[in-house]
Amino acid sequence: MDEKAKPVKIVTQNVGNPDARKIATYQKLGGYKSLRKALAMKPEEITEEVKKANLRGRGGAGFPAGIKWGFIPKDAETVYLVVNYDEGEPGTFKDKTIAGDDPHRLIEGICIASLAIGAHTSFIYIRGELVEHARILEDAIQEAYDKRIIGKTMMGKKWPMDIVVHRGAGAYICGEETSLLNSLEGKRGWPRLKPPFPAVKGAFGEPTIVNNVETIMNVPTIIEKGGQWFADLGAPGDGGTRCVAISGHVKLPGVYEVPVGMSLKDIIFETAGGMRGGAKLKAVIPGGSSTPVLTAEEIDTDYAASMNSDEKIAPVEVLKGELFDAGFRDKEGNMLPLRSMPGSGAIIVMEEGTDMVEVCARLMRFYAHESCGQCTPCREGTGWLAKVCSRLSNGDGKLEDIDKLALISDGIASNTICPLGDAAAWPMLGFLTKYRHEFEARARDGK
Amino acid sequence: MSLSFTEENKARVDRIVSLYPNNMAACLPLLYVAQDQFGHLSPEAMDLVAETLELAPSHVYGVATFYTMYNKKPVGQFHVQACTNVSCMLCGAYDVMTKLEQVLGIKRGQTSKDGLFTLTEVECLAFCGTAPVVQVNDDIHELVSPDKVEGLIKELRAKAGK
Repeated sequence: MDEKAKPVKIVTQNVGNPDARKIATYQKLGGYKSLRKALAMKPEEITEEVKKANLRGRGGAGFPAGIKWGFIPKDAETVYLVVNYDEGEPGTFKDKTIAGDDPHRLIEGICIASLAIGAHTSFIYIRGELVEHARILEDAIQEAYDKRIIGKTMMGKKWPMDIVVHRGAGAYICGEETSLLNSLEGKRGWPRLKPPFPAVKGAFGEPTIVNNVETIMNVPTIIEKGGQWFADLGAPGDGGTRCVAISGHVKLPGVYEVPVGMSLKDIIFETAGGMRGGAKLKAVIPGGSSTPVLTAEEIDTDYAASMNSDEKIAPVEVLKGELFDAGFRDKEGNMLPLRSMPGSGAIIVMEEGTDMVEVCARLMRFYAHESCGQCTPCREGTGWLAKVCSRLSNGDGKLEDIDKLALISDGIASNTICPLGDAAAWPMLGFLTKYRHEFEARARDGK
Repeated sequence: MSLSFTEENKARVDRIVSLYPNNMAACLPLLYVAQDQFGHLSPEAMDLVAETLELAPSHVYGVATFYTMYNKKPVGQFHVQACTNVSCMLCGAYDVMTKLEQVLGIKRGQTSKDGLFTLTEVECLAFCGTAPVVQVNDDIHELVSPDKVEGLIKELRAKAGK
């Protein structure tokens, strides 16, 4: 891609123009033309375009959306599309920014995706705190009903379509798809064992696709311009653009749409204007609080799915003397200095002087608060991580506490039903690997 | 004492139930309706939801206690919820929290004697780009700094006529 070309805007093209919330404006800007086009396509043709586009899920895990859609059994009668708008990962605020200003793009994407997977009802699960955003969405949906985009027919085609906004009620875990489904069904947000995967047995026991807001909002453009066009925009295996939400010590925090594969360094120093007050960069959490922290030296890397290779971070083997890098070695035992991921696109930037032990302790308190309590390793483990890490942070810890933190993390990672356990253990290990000296100094010298 | 929904809320309840394939799915939205009407979710309010949806009361208690936005105890007229998660913390959220405690004369987790304010420390509210954030009831206040706290609380007091 020519880097000097004007950056392509897909999901943010109407951001900053709140008038686009109105259906008339959205249509004037070309809205619902892709849906018109999709209505003339066969479902498998729509899925094929999305597969060709290499559209990866934008919620954090990065699973290819077209492939997910293909998992719906061919003979399914009732199928649901559930949109994950439970934006809760600390550092993440992109979905509410893009869907808040451009709700009809989300509705159009929902309609197209529903045609592809055979859904007639879609639930949008929006986090409870986003009261205003839920209202915006409900108003837009009502407009879509009034204009007969959805309802008994879809733009005149015999395709009944209902879209329901379902508000969460304050639980980070409900961003995990099976927990979200339980919450949608009126239960405690406890994650389910997989398999069966939601595509086979999801909401109300029926085949269900759960996609993130940004993922769905890319679909109209993919249908308009073609999957190949979208794939060419991105990096190999990771098509399109990427919404990043930058927060922390940068000059211009906010949501930006950047090319997939742009370097993290450029995102921070060009897109977000660099460090506020000319401070020196210390560390970056690259993809939401669950992704391992990177040091300032490690940010000259492409911001794409390949940043993490396709392998998950292996659970640590606790070997004496080698505690903290064990989780970040490849199969041959070579140290992997960079093992993190773009996750939910949330980049948290920290300047020189930031207390890494305190940041880590704050995050561990978050995971302890949000652990749903179902699996023992996570329920007990996150509690201990929070207690021990806070003790260290307050200057009341001991050197042995550092080993304990690694051991506890090892006991959690990969031993739980859902990824919340990993989401707590990985950043813990990340902080220990990269900033062990700060933990040791705090244990030795107090605060 | 058993409670009942107002006529207006009964209509809301009917509409909500019609959106889902079964009654249980209406549990979360109905808990919101009950909280709106009664101010917080007392056991009687939860019983009302259970009875309306023909669910076991234990199920409804289980749900209500799982989610942080359902207030199982009465909260003040203004529920001041300050985020202290990492992005907010990096931008001074704990200074804001300390100032809030000072100005309100209560600690986090407490309600003021006049019943006007409840102060709660909350997790990430998804407004990290305009940190620190404080949510008061449904309204989000962005880019809050300690020197803005007094003004904010004054404004709320004026709203309440106190």
